[in-house]
Amino acid sequence: MWTWFYQLASPPHFYRMSHALVPWLLGLSLVLIAVGTYGGLVLAPPDYQQGDAFRIIYVHVPSAYLGSMIYVTMAVAAGIGIIWRIKLAHAVAASCAVIGASFTFAALVTGAVWGKPMWGTYWEWDPRLTSFLVLFFLYLGYMALRSAYDDLAKADQASAILALVGVVNVPIVKYSVEWWSSIHQGPTISKIGMPSITGDMLWPLLVNIAGFTLFFLAMLCIRVRAEVLEREFNARWARELLRGGAAGGVN
Amino acid sequence: MAAGPGQVFAAVLRRDLQVAWRRWSDAANPALFFLLVVTLFPLALSPKAEFLRAIGPGVLWVGALLATLMALNLLFRADVDDGTMEQLLLSDCPLPIVMLAKTLAHWITTILPVIVVAPVLAITYHLPPEALPTLVLGLLIGTPALSLVGSIGAALTVGLRQGGALLAVLVVPLMLPVPMFGARATDLAVAGEDPTGLLYLLGALSVLAAGLAPLASAAAIRLGID
Repeated sequence: MWTWFYQLASPPHFYRMSHALVPWLLGLSLVLIAVGTYGGLVLAPPDYQQGDAFRIIYVHVPSAYLGSMIYVTMAVAAGIGIIWRIKLAHAVAASCAVIGASFTFAALVTGAVWGKPMWGTYWEWDPRLTSFLVLFFLYLGYMALRSAYDDLAKADQASAILALVGVVNVPIVKYSVEWWSSIHQGPTISKIGMPSITGDMLWPLLVNIAGFTLFFLAMLCIRVRAEVLEREFNARWARELLRGGAAGGVN
Repeated sequence: MAAGPGQVFAAVLRRDLQVAWRRWSDAANPALFFLLVVTLFPLALSPKAEFLRAIGPGVLWVGALLATLMALNLLFRADVDDGTMEQLLLSDCPLPIVMLAKTLAHWITTILPVIVVAPVLAITYHLPPEALPTLVLGLLIGTPALSLVGSIGAALTVGLRQGGALLAVLVVPLMLPVPMFGARATDLAVAGEDPTGLLYLLGALSVLAAGLAPLASAAAIRLGID
């Protein structure tokens, strides 16, 4: 198991392995998203209260879930990078930031669009909304700090410390709806055994969450590949690879 | 002979206070800045007593946050520039203890004056006298959390040229709960209700920050110095 772990952490090995992985991840995620979106927009019945407007959950919930999940991934990768000094982990953390910020932004925008017909306002200074906005700012701060350092090794370490400190916000986002009385509705699907949503509304959502997650993994692989190549462009394996032909196409 | 953590803490604290005392004009700046920020609002918005009483607690807390932010730039700057920090890193002093002492000294010299000015400004905002103890107590309990969280940002940006704006982007999101609870506590006191719960919450934030922030800023300051 450990040799597998060390192999994965070696940039050339990761580069070779991920090359085969990306098309599968991407293809599967697009299929799932297509199925889930069709199920959500066409097959699912309209909500008895919210009508057709509820259908935005098929984008909003996966985005919001990924927005916070990617932050945790980023912090864990940053922690691994800083503790075991694994360069690949830092590359993963750095690649997570842009993707996570994009999903967080998507969740904020779709939430605003949803809020207008449901709550009568695009934005409310409410615990869930505000803590999610803070999450977005944390991503921006992380990226700003990285780009401020010229030295890559220092940028890795400094941004890793910041990512770990920022983790305190994630539970606040998660539980804000339960801790404070919030305008945001409570969790719908995570109530184990008794989800407060009917099956034909639920399955497209779950399919879309899986699809979005795979899409994230595909994007992550692509970004980490680029990041690794940029960091190791002077190493022998990278030079051979680049001399061999088109940068992405060679094993 | 290695000094114990308590001795290190006391020595660093005494030394930093002494240095600050000899350059006291630096220490006066945050309070002056706080005064100006708080003065802006009645002039820019509306001088009506009702309105000022409503926004007063929030303005005072945001002013305290901004003053902290402004002062943070100088938290480690002088020590890094003249090599003191390097000597501290080379010594066998436990670095988190050093950072904790430095942050406390910085809080005493820059934020304590702000807290002294705050009740006077609160009166100009027509806050009732009964609310002033809550305001001052809240600031005393809550602002250490601001300085401690800020010390992480200050340590992360100390080696960078354009530190100021970046520092704000890094630490303000993490500081947000403090003025939120602090202003709410003062609001309750203005309305004649019991703010104890929120004051406890502020205290909890400060204790949490005192336990964790020095570890992060110690790790960060090592990076800033080659």
